[in-house]
Order: sequence, then structure tokens, then C-alpha cells
Amino acid sequence: MDQELSVAQDPAPVDAVLVGFGWTGAIMAEALTAAGLNVVALERGGWRDTPADFATTFDQDELRYFWRHRLFQNVAHETLTFRNKPDQVALPMRRLGSFLPGSGVGGGGVHWNGQVWRFLPSDFIARSHNLSRYGQAALGPEMTIQDYGVTYAELEPYYDRFEYLCGVSGRAGNLGGVVQAGGNPFEGPRSREYPNPPMEMTYGPTLFADAAARVGLHPFPHPSANMSRAYTNPLGLQLGPCTYCGFCEKFGCGNYSKASPQTTILPVLLARPNFTLRTGCEVLKVELTADGKHATGVSYRDETGAARFQAAGVVVLAAFILENVRLMLLSGIGKPYDPRTGDGVIGRNYAYQVTSSVNVFYDDKLINPFIGAGSLGMIVDDFNGDNFDHAGKGFIGGGYIGVVNTGARPIESHPTPDKTPAWGSAWKRAVAANYLKTVSIATHGAVMSHRNNYLDLDPTYRDTLGRPMLRMTFDFTDNEHRMSDFLTERAGDVARAMGGREVRLNKRTGDYDIVPYQTTHNTGGAIMGNDPKTSALNRFLQSWDVPNVFAPGANAFPQNAGYNPAGTVAALTYWCAEAITTSFMKSPGPLVQT
Amino acid sequence: MGRPLATLIVIAGMSVLGGAAVTAPPAPDPGGGGLAIPRATAQNPTADLPSWGAPTNAEPVAAADAASSDPVARGRYLVDAGDCMACHTNPGGAPFAGARPISTPFGVIFSSNITPDLKTGIGSWSADQFYKALHHGVRRDGARLYPAFPYPHFTHMPRADVEAMRAYLATVPPIEQATPPNRLPFPLNIRFVMRIWNALYFRSDTFQPDPARSPEWNRGAYLVQGPGHCGACHTPTNLLGAETSNRPFEGGKLDDWVALKLTNDQRDGLANWSQAEIVDYLRTGRNAHTTASGSMGEVVYASTSRMSDRDLRAIATYLKVLPGAGPTAATTTPDVATLRAGEAIYVDTCTACHRADGEGSPRLFPPLKGDAALQSKDPTTVVRIILAGARSVPTPGKPTPIAMPSFAWKLDDQEIASVATYVRESWGNAAPAVSATQVARLRGKYGGPKD
Amino acid sequence: MRHVAITRRLAVASAAAISATAAVSPRPTAAETLNRRLPWAAGTADRPEQIDARPGYVFFAPDEAAFVEAAVARLIPADELGPGALEAGVPRFIDRQLAGPYGQGDHFNLQRPMPKGTATQGWQMGAPAEVYRATIPQVNRWAADAKGKPVAELVAADQDAVLKALESGAAQLKGAVDGQAFFKLLLQNTIEGFFADPIYGGNRDMVGWRLIGFPGARYDYRDAVARHGEPYPLPPVSLMGRREWTRS
Repeated sequence: MDQELSVAQDPAPVDAVLVGFGWTGAIMAEALTAAGLNVVALERGGWRDTPADFATTFDQDELRYFWRHRLFQNVAHETLTFRNKPDQVALPMRRLGSFLPGSGVGGGGVHWNGQVWRFLPSDFIARSHNLSRYGQAALGPEMTIQDYGVTYAELEPYYDRFEYLCGVSGRAGNLGGVVQAGGNPFEGPRSREYPNPPMEMTYGPTLFADAAARVGLHPFPHPSANMSRAYTNPLGLQLGPCTYCGFCEKFGCGNYSKASPQTTILPVLLARPNFTLRTGCEVLKVELTADGKHATGVSYRDETGAARFQAAGVVVLAAFILENVRLMLLSGIGKPYDPRTGDGVIGRNYAYQVTSSVNVFYDDKLINPFIGAGSLGMIVDDFNGDNFDHAGKGFIGGGYIGVVNTGARPIESHPTPDKTPAWGSAWKRAVAANYLKTVSIATHGAVMSHRNNYLDLDPTYRDTLGRPMLRMTFDFTDNEHRMSDFLTERAGDVARAMGGREVRLNKRTGDYDIVPYQTTHNTGGAIMGNDPKTSALNRFLQSWDVPNVFAPGANAFPQNAGYNPAGTVAALTYWCAEAITTSFMKSPGPLVQT
Repeated sequence: MGRPLATLIVIAGMSVLGGAAVTAPPAPDPGGGGLAIPRATAQNPTADLPSWGAPTNAEPVAAADAASSDPVARGRYLVDAGDCMACHTNPGGAPFAGARPISTPFGVIFSSNITPDLKTGIGSWSADQFYKALHHGVRRDGARLYPAFPYPHFTHMPRADVEAMRAYLATVPPIEQATPPNRLPFPLNIRFVMRIWNALYFRSDTFQPDPARSPEWNRGAYLVQGPGHCGACHTPTNLLGAETSNRPFEGGKLDDWVALKLTNDQRDGLANWSQAEIVDYLRTGRNAHTTASGSMGEVVYASTSRMSDRDLRAIATYLKVLPGAGPTAATTTPDVATLRAGEAIYVDTCTACHRADGEGSPRLFPPLKGDAALQSKDPTTVVRIILAGARSVPTPGKPTPIAMPSFAWKLDDQEIASVATYVRESWGNAAPAVSATQVARLRGKYGGPKD
Repeated sequence: MRHVAITRRLAVASAAAISATAAVSPRPTAAETLNRRLPWAAGTADRPEQIDARPGYVFFAPDEAAFVEAAVARLIPADELGPGALEAGVPRFIDRQLAGPYGQGDHFNLQRPMPKGTATQGWQMGAPAEVYRATIPQVNRWAADAKGKPVAELVAADQDAVLKALESGAAQLKGAVDGQAFFKLLLQNTIEGFFADPIYGGNRDMVGWRLIGFPGARYDYRDAVARHGEPYPLPPVSLMGRREWTRS
């Protein structure tokens, strides 16, 4: 098949076109091409790979990569508008802060930490589970949580597949229903052990784990896509042993030791004749037939600025969640959500995560916090999901607590004790005295979906191509504040058992603030479910309205869980790919009848 | 991988040198000494290696093809074994359509179109004409070929093998593409000159098995000396550019890559490679000692990774019987200040992959301890890799193209000399010190100035 | 068309031979169509941009420079612990940042209208260079009104008072500038200049890193991971090296 472009000529039709080429796109492309489909991926950013773009010779540069956003989406070209409440005027997010979407081949999979979690079995049935255990009153009238329509047991083989693709380092806590010492006793049953043993542990996580065990909690190593040893994945691709350099989170990996599309998929995928990647191509919208019920392909702007059309039998939206939702709104796929009536599905159930921290300052212990890796740490999961009794607590959901030693780069990380001024000699003294001797505990909590947290198109602001920006309306609700305070207090319990000089609790207070970095775990807006009235996608991530459009990604989460989303996004993508190759291609049409 | 033309000048007449108007690349620095005449090599402006795949055909080569009764299948296998693709395909061009520039120290030769196109390819060549080219180095029109085309090796191939190659080449898509005229100075542009060279150094001679050796050794000898034409790079040349018959496989150099000694020398040869490790290297481009990149990476990519394990074992059997120097004591006297600086640079910039103890991560990040290329007297390879970086060849067995980044922008000439000297003198390694001058000469070609 | 498609798919190329004109260069971000190939070229590196190496300031006018020098010297003062932001070259760092892509608004969205939003909506100002240029005169004017002189000419205690007034929002500046937001920016840039790699003009001799014990641009801590509580033995290193790299 001829996939060459020429002036004034659109490329030939393909079986599937992928919009965006990060983790989701790479996983989907690998699965679809392995099944023999002809696949084209369109990526708006450029090509990037280890030796030229994040080499060990220049990668360890905090200013350039984190503070100057070298690998991140450029908001000058496209951003979103934001407000906390529906009655405020949304303004452009003029500078990335709270979350950091990627840009270019590999997407966020280049600068992520490599934290590979599975959600709890109960997370997939959050509505029915919480209703049956705590009753409608615990949810309140405004909470719009739902079940996924897919279960943990159904996704388990796909979680497993991603973990082996990435060479995840960890220790199983539940093998086939049998709880394993040293792992996470609360996790769902796994079919087998992690492919690699846990990483070697630095001092801070070790102190945390010892104290957590003393206060009766169940510490275990963070599951990590940073290699604890050299690894060859099932595609034959090799990863190197992690060197604990501390330039991982927000950075590319210079020595092939963090799983990314580049290290785990692309050399094999790009060798396949039935796969083509076009970079520098921005998809404008999904084109539909006149009745709006079938996608004919996507229109995009190529590197010359010319508008092109890529015809395809299947369109897979594989961009970051915010862009997936925007493309559905711009393309007229599904009915936009209206918070006043609760009708509509596109933009509904946008959610996020809520984080806080606790510092433990020592006088006598050299922590050396600069030694780190994106997912190096010890965790307790005793207060995540419904692993504990919420009765009387005034909230549902939870999160994990742990010390994740991602590497204390000093512009970002120079913790000081409470009441230290923000500058001057006292600040300088405090920074100098505490930098090497502080352990920071993080809490990482779920956000439930809420009637007034949603996404739609902004009425005023447009991107550089003239299309409306996405508008985000979001704030933490009482549920999140109560839950986060609870988690922070529990982290404080461990912190006080760690034997430091001083403990500082940094609670998440007030309205959601788009400035300080929190997490890039935005979710929802085009969610999956069992009812086309309350979900955009069916349980196979297939649009209810346009059945040859699939949208795997965190946009499908009906609400967020207390874990990093990549593992679940990947599992859902494999699950979706399997539905496309085994069912949809044989009989194109809705995979779930309404 | 062709033959040198360098010293043709010598036999062609001393007056030539002064009068030649060709703009030749500067003669490379001989490095650690010895006569190191750069050999012909295919130029590749993009260096954009396709990921592994099957450039000559859609399906992976079946091991059985080596002995197939189907001449097309066997021919395809032999075309791979002969690495014909490497020279006869221009990067980004049609397979076997030629026109790939082959750089020599004195000018550029373009490879010919060997697709079955009637006008510009070899579609109209008879079986005799094709055989004559491979066996005698004579073109259809009777003109002498340049030994950039390795007919001194192909001459060893029996006619049946040559005809199988021709049978396969007849099946590739014909491409009309004329071969550009060579850019060679007088008198090299007169092919008659080759008669003199041939008279001195060329014997047409079909391979004869040695009955005293095993069939496996004989198969290996045939592959190495015949289609594989390994000596074209790995045997040193004499002053007239011919392989020195009394020093076979003692190493050479082409296009600023040192071609390793294939003899069983302890320090800079293959003494420490087992037969299985040689097979591993040729099949996957990796073994416990090193990874293939550069020109040898091309050979692994387009040729040896497509050969049968049986043939690779035969090659290894043959190579392991070659002689070699035993353990040699380190005789170099390293400069302490250089080593101290080199160690600081190494600790700060190299250990993440190669480790502080030089052990690397075998088959991933090459160990530097005990590495033969690193201890080659001539430091060209190590210096150019530090300057420009290098990418391990991706193969079906090891598809990850692990690459070392470029350091040219980061380290100055003395810093590169220091760290190169350090790695050549550490962990039991020993090789002559590298000078800043040597680095400076290569920097112009393989890296820009330091920032 | 077909011809090109075939050749792309079947193209063979050499592993690492590079042309004689190869030179290290920043990677272009050109669009590409990739089919059966994985791009790589010897000698390419997305290395950091070099700052303007000339002495003096590129962006700041003299009175702006005087303000910044005075302010950063109070934000991170020289004291018994060692050099402060001024000695570390932070004014030069900020100057080069403002003259470069960051200062000009790279990775900022500056689309109008730009009303003042809520604090949680973040940055609603122009590019950093505009903010410095517009705000410094207003800070000096406020200081002159409150303390009698522009900031650079005040004694340290009065300089601190001005900075505190900016930090708290108590200083009501004239014009369309936001003193509190400017203070946050200035403090952030000062900390950046104190702790960023010296290649950007600040953190001279890695004084910021030495102050706190950060080993800098290292890439391998494997030997130190399990040595809990032990001092890390190696000195800090910049992306462009340390003194010990020089043969002497």
C-alpha cells in the first residue's frame, strides 16, 4: 500500500488511524499491526529518541526540562481555559503548572515516572460497591460516580501484559488470591509475579517503611517501570539497569532504563511494513458521514500547513485526555454535557487527584535525597479505595501514602521547617541545614466525579488554528478535602514514628489551584459505562454514537482512583485493541447493543 | 565493503599525485602507527538505518535456503552472505539499483545497477558474462572492474553458486537507473591499469576444500574467503593496496573504522571469544564482549544476521583455528595527569552505561574491560565514537538499536584524549595513549566544535 | 509515487557511516514520515543552548540591573555560609533568561483578553521580560515614595522592607503591574539562578550546589543507593564538567 504524501493528494485509506502517539497510541499500534491491520499514527509533535533527545550527556538539567518545559506541551500553541466554579469566567492556563502533558513521539510516556499501578477491583465498581456498603447518603446528591462496565478480572491479563512489556520492578501482594508477604496485601489477585524484583531502596523510603510497619501498616515497594536490572521484554527489546540518577520524573531517560514507547515498543513497531508514523501532523477533527453515525477518517494539518484527510476504517483517539475530549466536542461525537440538566455525556465526570505531603526533618541522618528514580519508594495502601472502613468519616475513596524518592532536584526541592521565611539568610540557613536530611512523605488521593466538575468548549478563547479551547471547570469538593486531610493525618502518624526532629504537614487547602505541580492524572470527560445516557463509550471504549471511533485513555475513567493511571490506561488500551481486532474488524458495528 | 584503490597510484606512475585535480578526503591519521590505508567504503549521508527487517525480501531467510535445491532461494541466501545489498543499494534508493557512492581516498566510485533492468542493469547479461565478472573481475564489455568490487574473493565461488546468485537477482524488481560516472583521477580512470594490478595480485581460483579439515571448517573457510570477503577489510594491505598474503586477518581499517584482527590474539584479537560468542555476534550484533556498529554493523545487518546458524558456526570454526599472539604484558607507560583527568571524566560521564568497573551491561552497553577494538593500537574507532556517538545494529534477535550519544559538543580535544587514554589503560587494558592532536584531526569529520 | 513508496519500505542504509561533513547540531523538529525506519544520525544532540558569553548584561538596562543586583543579594544573601545570589551570578542568569526564549514568552500563552483572574487561575501577565521591564520602575517609584530612594540605593534593612511589602501585597504599585506576582517571579528566578546548572550563567562555581550538598549533573548513584546515612563521596559536576577534567 502506498502511503506516500504528495502535493494536493490525500494519503491512501488505512484500516486504522491513531490520533496521538504516546503510550496509548504505541500500544494500540503494536496490537493492531500485530493482527495485520494497516495503521497510520498522526502525532502533532516531533520525533524523539534516547541518544539525541534525552542523552546522559545533557539530560540532567533541571532548569531546561522541568522549569522550561522542554518535553512538555507548549501552551503558546494550545492550552485550555480554567475556572473553579461554573459561575466564574474561565481564563487561559497561560503556563503549565498543575499538570504536565507531553508533546512529541512517546507523549507523556517519555517524561513520566514509571509508576505502574493496578486499580483495586472495587474501583471498577465504585458506584455499586459504595452504594451497597455505605448507602446513597454517603454519596450525596452531587456525586456522579459510576461503574466502569469492565471488571478487574477482565482487565487482569492486560495489566499483566503491560507490566511485562515495561519490565516492572515490584513484589506481588496477591498471587491468585493468596496474599504474599512483602507485597501489597490489598491489591487484586495477580496471575503471576512482577517481571523484575523490587528496586534497591534508598534511606528515606526505608525509614518510612520501618515506621509504617511499627504503626501497624503494610509497606511494600512501589511498582516501578525503572529497571531493577537489565531486562528484555516480550518484544525482544532491551532495557538497561536503572542508575538512580534522580532525573527521571519530568525527564527522558538517557540510558534506556525507564520503560517508554521508545524503549519498549517503537524499534519493533517501526520495523513493521504495515505501520506508518507521521509526525508534525495535528488532527483537526474526526470527519463523519452526513448522518453523524460513522467516521470516515480524520482531517489534519500536515507539516506544510496544508489540510489533509486520512481515510480510515477505524479512528482511535489516543491523545491526552483533554485533547481526546476536545476532539469529540469539535467533531460532534456524542452529546455535550450540560451541568444544569445533567444531560449529555461529552465533558461529563472530569476528575483529578488530590495530593499532600508531610516532611520529616532529621538532625542526625543523611538521607541523600538526590539519589532517586521516578518510582523508587515504599508505599502503604491501607487507606486507599475501600481498603478501610469509611463509616462515619464523611468521605469515600482514599489514596496511597509513601515516600517516593524521585530525586531532589534543588530548584524544586529544598524543604524547610514550618515558619521558615521564603527568602533571606534564615531561608538560606534552613535550606542548607535540611536539604540532605529531610524525608518527604506524599499522599496521592482519589477524586470522585461531581456534577459541577466538567469539560466543555470555551466561548472566548481559541487555539492558534482558530478552534475553541477546551474549558475546564473544576474544584475539590468536601469529599476530597476530608479525604486528603485524613490521608495527611495518617501520613503524619507514620512521620511521627520515624524519629525525626520535626514533622511538617503540608495539607491541601482551599480551592484547586492550577499553578503548583500536583499530578498529570486528569481523567474523565469521555467516560466508559453501561448506559449511553451517562457514558460516552461502551465497555470496549467504543463510542456509543459513532461505533468506528474508539477512545482509550484516562478520559474513560468514570471517576479517578487513588493510583497513578498509566497501568489502567494501558490495560484498557489492550482490552480495546483486542475488541477491535477480534470483534469489530469481523463485524463492524456496535459491540454492545443498546 | 570493497577493496582499496589507494596504492594503485604507486603502480600507475608517480607523476600522478602531483597532477591529480581530484578533491580527495584528507588521509586519515595513522594513529598508533603502522600503515593504515583507508579502504573503499560506501558513503551514507543519512546514516538512518532502517530498523531490522528484510531488505532483500519480505520473509526472513530460512536456514534451509543455504542448501536449497531451488537456485533462487539459494541465490538469495548467497546474495545476503555476500552482502551485495550494502554496496549496490543507495540509502533511500531501490534495492540493487546501485549508484551508491563508494568513497576511496582518491575519488568516488559508484556501484553498479544489478537489477535485471535491460538497459541499465544486468538483465541482458549472459550467464557467462555474469560469471566472468565475479570470477575474473571483467565487465561485459571486457573492461577491468575495480577491486572495490571484491572479485578477488568472489573468484573462489563455484560456478553453480554464482549462477544461483544470478538466478535470484533476476527476480528482483528491475529498476532503470544509470550508474553515474566514477569520479577518479587519471590514470585510475583508465581501467586498463587494473591489468597490471591483476597480474601482480589476482588469481582466479575456485575454492578447493582441504581434505585434512572437517567439512565444517571447509564450509567456514569458503564463506570467509569467498562470498563473505572478510579479508577485504580485516586483512592488512601492502603498499600496493593488495591484501598481504602472509598476514591474513590481522586487522585493517576503512573509513575511520578499525577492522578488528580476526586472529586469536589475546588483547586485540578474538582469543577471548568462544565459537558460540562469534556466532552470537554475527547473528545478533551482540555478544558478551561487544556490540556491532559502524561498518561491521552494516555487515551484520544486511548479511550475517540473515545467515543460517549452521553457516555461522562454520565461520566461527574456521576463525577459531586462526593463529594469534598470546597474552602480552602492558608495555605502555601512561601519563599520570592524563589518567587522573580521564578518570574524572569517566566517572562523571561514562559510568551510567559502562559502569565504574568497565564491565558495562553485556549485550546492551558494551564492556570496555578487555575490549579488542578499544585496545587496537590505532585509536580511531574509540575517538570517533566518543565524538559522534554510535548505534548498535538492530537485528531480529536484538532489535533495540542502543546508541551512545555524541560527546563532541561537550568535551574538548584534550578531554577526549584523556578519557580515551584512561579507558585504554584501565581494568587490565593496555594500548598507546591518545593525543589531543589525534582527536582534533577526527573532530573535523565526526563532530563540530565543543560548545 | 509507487517507486518512492517501495524504496522507502525496502531501503537499506548503513549503520553508522556518516558523511564527512557531519557536525554536532541541535535536532531539527521537522515533520517526518516514518515507515520501516528508526531515525538516528551520528553527531546529533539536543544539547542546551549556549548563553551569550559576552560580559555584562544583554537585557537589563543599568537601572534594572542595579535593582536586580540589589534584590537578589537580599533574597539569597552572602553570609557566614558562603556566597549569595549576587556572588553566584544570579543577575546575569536572569538577564540571559529574559533575553532568551523564556523571557520572550516561550511556553506561555499570552492571548488576549487578559483580565485579572483568581489566584488559582495562575499567570495572567505578559511575557517575563515584559513583566520585569514594566514592574521594576514601579517598584523603584514605590520605594522612593516609601523610603526616599530607589531600591538599589537603600540600606539592606530598607531593601528587605520593600521586598516584604511586595511579597505581602502591601506595596500598592502604580500602573498595570502586580507587585506580588512580580515578587514571586523574581524569587523563583533567583532560586533558579542559584541552583540551575552553571552553564546558564548562575550558580557560579556550583556554589548553590556546594551549599546544600547536591552533586549536580551526575547520572549514576548505584554504588551509593544502599549506603544509608553515609556522605556521598564525589564533588558536584556541571554538564560541562568540573575542574578535575582538565589535565594538569
